[in-house]
Amino acid sequence: MSEIDLRRRSFFKTSMGAAAVAIAPGILLFDTAHGKPPAGDGKVRWGMLIDATQCREGCSDCVTACNKENGLPGGTSATAVQWIRKVEIKEVSTGRKMSLPMMCQHCEKPPCVDVCPTGASFKRHDGIVLVDRHLCIGCRYCMMACPYKARSFVHEPVTDQNPDVPRGKGTVESCTLCVHRIDNGQQPACAESCTNKAILFGDLNDPDSDIFRKIRSVASVQLRADLRLNTGIRYQGL
Amino acid sequence: MKLFASLLLCLWMPMALATGMTVPKLDIGKGGQCVEDAQWMRKNHMDLLKHQRDDTVHKGVRNTKHSLKGCIECHASTLDDSVTARADSFCVACHRYESVKIDCFECHSDKRKSAWLQRNAK
Repeated sequence: MSEIDLRRRSFFKTSMGAAAVAIAPGILLFDTAHGKPPAGDGKVRWGMLIDATQCREGCSDCVTACNKENGLPGGTSATAVQWIRKVEIKEVSTGRKMSLPMMCQHCEKPPCVDVCPTGASFKRHDGIVLVDRHLCIGCRYCMMACPYKARSFVHEPVTDQNPDVPRGKGTVESCTLCVHRIDNGQQPACAESCTNKAILFGDLNDPDSDIFRKIRSVASVQLRADLRLNTGIRYQGL
Repeated sequence: MKLFASLLLCLWMPMALATGMTVPKLDIGKGGQCVEDAQWMRKNHMDLLKHQRDDTVHKGVRNTKHSLKGCIECHASTLDDSVTARADSFCVACHRYESVKIDCFECHSDKRKSAWLQRNAK
């Protein structure tokens, strides 16, 4: 190695060192990249535990509450917008029937986020999976990717939205876990409306929360656990 | 002569503009003290809104002073609670004058929250 190279190297070293030295206490001239600052501290993970044994067949209070809160027109046709829907299941051999609500499962590793070409589908730091409709181009890849069929495409023009829940034609949407209510310290509308208290909402990471204690004391399952998406919505009594 | 003509033109132009052109007349709603200087807002409100929108959607930052809901709360007309319903509504009047299309209200409500609650109370 020639002498010139060595001098260049030492010059770079000293200049880097000088730049890293604080201009003032606590302020560095340059800093390493930290990525995006988190929403909240990133320790919270919102989730739900749905007790299927408490969910009444034929009751759709959660669906009605969701539609009202988010200004959805309702309806169950193939093109209708459904953020939450009631599903009736039956075990063929025994004839045992169950009824349960289905919505976005707010996965830790959401396939909808993986496939989104514009970055519109994203996961907040508190675990809520959302669509940024400013970025959504309506390609519907996420609808194909979601194993729970949780997402809907808005086919019709929308008027008279809830000022807290903007939504419009040409974009994909799904359960937001009532993010506008959570940010104000409230519960999602479906959890609040359930007369049988079948939906328990809370922070899955907070050792003092009811949901934390309950998922440790009763058997709960994640739907399609084989996909290892680590869903935020858990079911009990299936 | 040439100098006189150009001087006349210089004086005449602003006068003609001041008298002949119609400036948009807005229904500013409740109005009152805006979050920033009014002239500054005329020029920069779109940047504030865009910045706030990303903070709200991605980080859950709500109820800060630069939110679209905040604008609507003060500036929606006291007659119809809207910022877009009429030709002289707060957003429409200027945007029509400047021929700039607003996309916000394709998705966002143009009404005050209180008005929406009243209609959807049942």
